[in-house]
Amino acid sequence: MSYEIPILPKSNTLAEARRQVEICNACRYCEGYCAVFPAITRQRAFADGDLTQLANLCHNCQGCYHACQYTAPHEFALNLPGILADVRQESWDEYAWPQAFAGRFQRRGTPIALALVVGLALLFALVTALPATDGLGFYAFVSHSLMIAIFAPAFLAPMVAIGVGLRRYWCAVGGQPIRFAHLRHAVSAVATMRNLGGGQGQGCNFEDGDRFSNKRRIAHQLVMYGFLLCFAATSSATLMHYLLDIQAPYEIFSLPKLLGLTGGLMMSVGALWLVMLKRRADRKLGSVRAWGGEMAFVLLLGLTGFTGLWLYAATGTPLVAPLLALHLGAVLTFFLITPYSKMVHGFYRLAALVRDAQSIT
Amino acid sequence: MTKLNALWDLVVVGGGNAALCAAIEAAELGASVVILEGAPRDYRGGNSRHTRNFRCMHQGPLSVLTDIYEEEEYFDDLLRVTKGETDEHLARLAIRTSESCLPWMEKQGVRFQPSLSGTLSLSRTNAFFLGGGKALVNAYYNRAADLGVTVIYEAQVTHVDIQDSVFSGVTCDIAGVTQLIEGKSVVLASGGFQADLEWLARAWGPAAKNFLIRGTPYNRGVVLKDMIDQGAETVGDPTQCHAVAIDGRAPKYDGGIVTRLDCVPFSIVVNRDGQRFYDEGEDVWPKRYAIWGRLVAAQPDQVAYSIIDTKSIDAFMPSVFPPIQADTIEGLGQKLGISGTVLKSTVEAFNAACQEGMFHGNELDGLTTKGLTPSKTNWARPITQAPFYGYELRPGVTFTYLGLKVDETARVTGAGGRMKNVWAAGEIMAGSILGQGYLAGFGMTIGTVFGRIAGKEAAAHVL
Repeated sequence: MSYEIPILPKSNTLAEARRQVEICNACRYCEGYCAVFPAITRQRAFADGDLTQLANLCHNCQGCYHACQYTAPHEFALNLPGILADVRQESWDEYAWPQAFAGRFQRRGTPIALALVVGLALLFALVTALPATDGLGFYAFVSHSLMIAIFAPAFLAPMVAIGVGLRRYWCAVGGQPIRFAHLRHAVSAVATMRNLGGGQGQGCNFEDGDRFSNKRRIAHQLVMYGFLLCFAATSSATLMHYLLDIQAPYEIFSLPKLLGLTGGLMMSVGALWLVMLKRRADRKLGSVRAWGGEMAFVLLLGLTGFTGLWLYAATGTPLVAPLLALHLGAVLTFFLITPYSKMVHGFYRLAALVRDAQSIT
Repeated sequence: MTKLNALWDLVVVGGGNAALCAAIEAAELGASVVILEGAPRDYRGGNSRHTRNFRCMHQGPLSVLTDIYEEEEYFDDLLRVTKGETDEHLARLAIRTSESCLPWMEKQGVRFQPSLSGTLSLSRTNAFFLGGGKALVNAYYNRAADLGVTVIYEAQVTHVDIQDSVFSGVTCDIAGVTQLIEGKSVVLASGGFQADLEWLARAWGPAAKNFLIRGTPYNRGVVLKDMIDQGAETVGDPTQCHAVAIDGRAPKYDGGIVTRLDCVPFSIVVNRDGQRFYDEGEDVWPKRYAIWGRLVAAQPDQVAYSIIDTKSIDAFMPSVFPPIQADTIEGLGQKLGISGTVLKSTVEAFNAACQEGMFHGNELDGLTTKGLTPSKTNWARPITQAPFYGYELRPGVTFTYLGLKVDETARVTGAGGRMKNVWAAGEIMAGSILGQGYLAGFGMTIGTVFGRIAGKEAAAHVL
């Protein structure tokens, strides 16, 4: 391998990340914290794609920052979690498709709030404008076929957009054909959020300076598993509807209800907890310019879960119609902005973990 | 700050590993403790923030340490580097006590990890801190805070008040205001004097002004000097410091681990005049890097240049700054600021003396030059393959040897015999045990062992 890889910085962010990562590679004290440092030591020179991969592999546990002897005011001024967060943001923008939406909901909270208002307005308009149908439960307000007509594309289109982005990412980081072992490695890392574990299960540094805790890790998993349960609830309902011809509304002891209620609860609690933790965290150790967008996104997630629960609690009351609009509006907004908001981190993170597994195995 | 007016059970001068160990031990016994750390919070921890491991005796696998590392082998390792410049009684005490220190450290919140990549040779003898020395320092500060220890940053002690072998307080500059802090006992753990270039220059001559200081700029030996002026007994050669050859582009202070260069064994090293001056391939780098500080310090302008070609660029750990690079040896010389023609003839002479043979980067491969003075006795491969690379080397001072003489209870001795309530721990007394050379991770062992002893002794004296 020649030392001289032609490196043309695409942006100042990448150049700065390269400077910092090269210092890390000469130090290596942080090897034990997460997957990023072993990945750094496997290389001597860092092309843009390598940095993008490291950035998406980084879970922002911040352990390396607090252990670093070279943070400002030292002239090396390292802040690896901060700069990798910025590289990460930029990479999602770069790979976003269509490009017109790139970064629209990444940085600030206002666009997310505006999107939510539009989403809500749309649903309120639908619920009030449409005549009552002869359907039961929610279908009394919005018929099943209309819901499908709105939400099927609202779900599938973002998935296609994310798929395009991931393909671009995979090319940029030199991804290889994926084997089952790679997926197993990546999924197990996600399942336990291993990279927020500090290397020995002590957790990460986030809400309390250089003290370690697992609070953020647990809160994140509440949201993640909660979201997956809600998703499973919808999926199971879809299957029951089409395959078994069992139509909503479902009993409390039905799969969709049990999954949905548990998931909604976990999402709401987890999101609220994340917001509280994030308020106490040091902003400069993340992407400073994206703080607002991230916060708004977590709130939107929490709102989605919470309005779902509220809607269920309001069954049989006059609040059902407005709450239905509120909940569906939040869900719609959430789906539509997924490829261009913080939500997309999950997809890239998983891809980075798969790519990392390929380098290890 | 009103609390400062209190009469403390223990005043700890310094805020690194030894100071923290002393403070924690004393606070655990119920003493009221104040730590006076000269550095601001961001730079707290003295040289401990740059360390990475703890050399530890163990009679069986212990935490991350494999196999066994017993007292005799440990002591032999120490004898080899110090060439006998050690106090055997204190050294064996440090070695024996290290075994019980590791679990104690874990109990205080310090985390260990298996040895880092590129340091496998230490996996049996040295326990590496997860995240390095600053993570250890953070863990101790958190533990100290939990125990109610008061920490004052930017508190620079200028004088230790001792009358008739009895300590009563320290004079201290805190944020520009001079204050007297009174206590019933004191642990001096404020490090050596290696950051005071004037002092180094008095010992070494003006050449010392060109030295780089690898660690904290706050170890200026103010307390050490004050104690010496008051008649405290010292140990260690006052003219010596431990220096290694580091990247000449490193910051003047606090460059730490990343400024090391591991390229020397695979290179030829020339001085400002383009001439070689020592066998670069004498032994594997971990056993030789320490002598190169002195070797470079003895060259004109205290500078040298390590020259390699493309064959060797990946044979060592990456450097923090990229090497200077050129397509010809002459061009490289010019870029490095030395005569390209002289460098070219030095390289040609070296190349002509190289022999056929197999190169093995990880072991002594016996690939030696013939008929060259000085010879290069291992890894001698001709420097022929462009592009060529060069690194500037300068001496980087790690620590000084002069320190306070202590007994096995870490108590300081003055003109009037053992002082009543003055203890010392860490670099300020390490010269007692490490009188010459260096043993990786042993500074942390001395600091931990004697810091704990000092803290316990002080608390027992007061309570």
